[in-house]
Amino acid sequence: MPPEPLVEVDNLSVRFVNRDIDIQVVTDVSFQVDTGEVLCLLGESGSGKTVTMRALLRLLPPHARIGGRIRLAGHDIAAMTERALEAVRGPVAAMIFQEPMTALDPVFTIGTQIAETIVAHEHVSWREARKRALDLLEMVQIPSAARRLDAFPHELSGGLRQRAMIALALSCRPALLLADEPTTALDATVQIQILLLLRSLQQELGMATIFVTHDIGVACEVADRIAVMYAGRFVETGPVAAIIQRPAHPYTAGLLHSTVQVDSRGARLASITGYPPDLTLMPPGCGFAPRCQYRQSDCDAAMPDLTAVAPGRMARCPRPLLAVAG
Amino acid sequence: MSSLRDRGGPAQPLLSVAGLRKYFPLRGPLGNTNAHVQAVDGISFNVMKGETLGVVGESGCGKSTTARLLMHLIKPDAGDIVLDGDPIGHGGITPRELRRDVQMVFQDSYASLNPRHTASAEIAFGLKVHGMKSGQAKEHAHAALRLVGLDPNLFGDRYPHEMSGGQRQRVNVARGIALNPRLLILDESVSALDKSVQAQVLNLLADLKERLNLTYVFISHDLNVVRHVADRVLVMYLGKIFEIGPAGDIYANAAHPYTKALLASRLSMDPAHRVTAAPLTGDPPNPVRPPSGCRFRTRCALAETICATREPPLNDIAVAHQVACHAVTPGSGHSQAGGIANAA
Repeated sequence: MPPEPLVEVDNLSVRFVNRDIDIQVVTDVSFQVDTGEVLCLLGESGSGKTVTMRALLRLLPPHARIGGRIRLAGHDIAAMTERALEAVRGPVAAMIFQEPMTALDPVFTIGTQIAETIVAHEHVSWREARKRALDLLEMVQIPSAARRLDAFPHELSGGLRQRAMIALALSCRPALLLADEPTTALDATVQIQILLLLRSLQQELGMATIFVTHDIGVACEVADRIAVMYAGRFVETGPVAAIIQRPAHPYTAGLLHSTVQVDSRGARLASITGYPPDLTLMPPGCGFAPRCQYRQSDCDAAMPDLTAVAPGRMARCPRPLLAVAG
Repeated sequence: MSSLRDRGGPAQPLLSVAGLRKYFPLRGPLGNTNAHVQAVDGISFNVMKGETLGVVGESGCGKSTTARLLMHLIKPDAGDIVLDGDPIGHGGITPRELRRDVQMVFQDSYASLNPRHTASAEIAFGLKVHGMKSGQAKEHAHAALRLVGLDPNLFGDRYPHEMSGGQRQRVNVARGIALNPRLLILDESVSALDKSVQAQVLNLLADLKERLNLTYVFISHDLNVVRHVADRVLVMYLGKIFEIGPAGDIYANAAHPYTKALLASRLSMDPAHRVTAAPLTGDPPNPVRPPSGCRFRTRCALAETICATREPPLNDIAVAHQVACHAVTPGSGHSQAGGIANAA
């Protein structure tokens, strides 16, 4: 019997419900991630990529209703108590965010925050935890790490702060790293440093990673597989290289063509017409149909299924741009 | 109509900036000034008629401060701005007259619109400030909305929160062009938009430029976007200009080590040929206490003693291509001087 995948998500749905609103933000999302694998959730704002990732650790506001099945390293996340979840957050899966200034506590030093986490989860001495914190800062390549242990977050530059947050996330040796746009707020010369660091740490530690990004360039640098999201659903999944080379879903193709690349100087960009959808007014058929240049009448009749278009590749389109491989 | 306004002829720069400087005071706990952020430190450049000048650099390099100085949204500490032969102040034109000819579109489409103005009221407001009658201003506003691809009957009466990010940015562009300006400053105007919408707005900006005979100063941290739109590129670092030249030259033969590193930091867009080494380590230094001499020397692989003691001037290395680096300036005293420009 093959080992169970590290992450197994079946038919995940998330609704935000309160007195005024009832919005389905994630629908029918299923995927698996194996140990050591990097999956990128790629999508534009409002596509549900961050909500999908946060649902894995139930880090959503109280008015979120999560449906479907989520298994992380054998734990049934939906059924767990808050108390039991605390033991999962950290050692099983840890998260890094776009804005380290809001993820780190401004009134404690970096060393204290990391050591505190280690003490809480592993019940080691404070001294031992401080030593581990120093090792972690060295692992994320913070220069003069011993001195930086006693620095407050505001005393660090943006790039160092991001490294400190990564060290904090790795402090309990998680099997799965959840990364929510961790390089989006960084300058280009710093972004590539952090991406390279994450890539080497992920390989070194054999961590699985789920990486949320809106940037195809970032996905190309770090991902093994990508899942393209639109209006709360997966519209295309598969190995990153194959998708970049020949996208199957018209939305993926449009996204690739509208991304300004090196050699498009002066040419007109092939943009996708229209605007991202309003989740409160979704049509019964394909959510992308109103903006799709290949739209036909059946697109509006019913939501197409996510079907295999090539080995290891799925797309949610009745007429994928990629013919089914024999 | 624009030819009537073109006073100096095509050879005279539309906008000429000399020695522009802005330091922001940092206040201590007692309200005393104890240090300054050297946001823009003595920069000079021209914007030629009809061109798109791309301005690139990392956060804190002074590109947005430069944009605000060009509009006189903040007052420069020193330096002159000349609009087609007319100096600003010093008995020339007033900042208000400058802003009739120079308009700006910001990054945050929501924060730059008044939440209590409908789209057409927002656009008409500026026209009325500049002396247009109410009814005529509304007509003009509707024409501007049509120019940016928004149907005034559908969008004219919408408030900012009733529009998507892309639609709001179109309203901002409409407001920018409504006064019939000659120069549009685009400060990260497409950076916050989703890629699919960003492409639409870039296409729109290209159309408007041709149709309305506009000149653009296009500020962005996205080097691929700048490559797509710019005729010339200006590279800034910690308040200084490091390199300026034709876009083709800069992207193919960058001379400054910083420009090279910036270009090499771009993502590969190809999973088979990923970036394997970061061209620079660390972050840009604090602009309150910039390094002595060349401000890039702390991160530069070519740094030598001369780089710490003397600031490199902006020198010509090719036609219309200027660089501020000792390593490419013959006679500077740097051991690589003269060699690297040809080798690149």
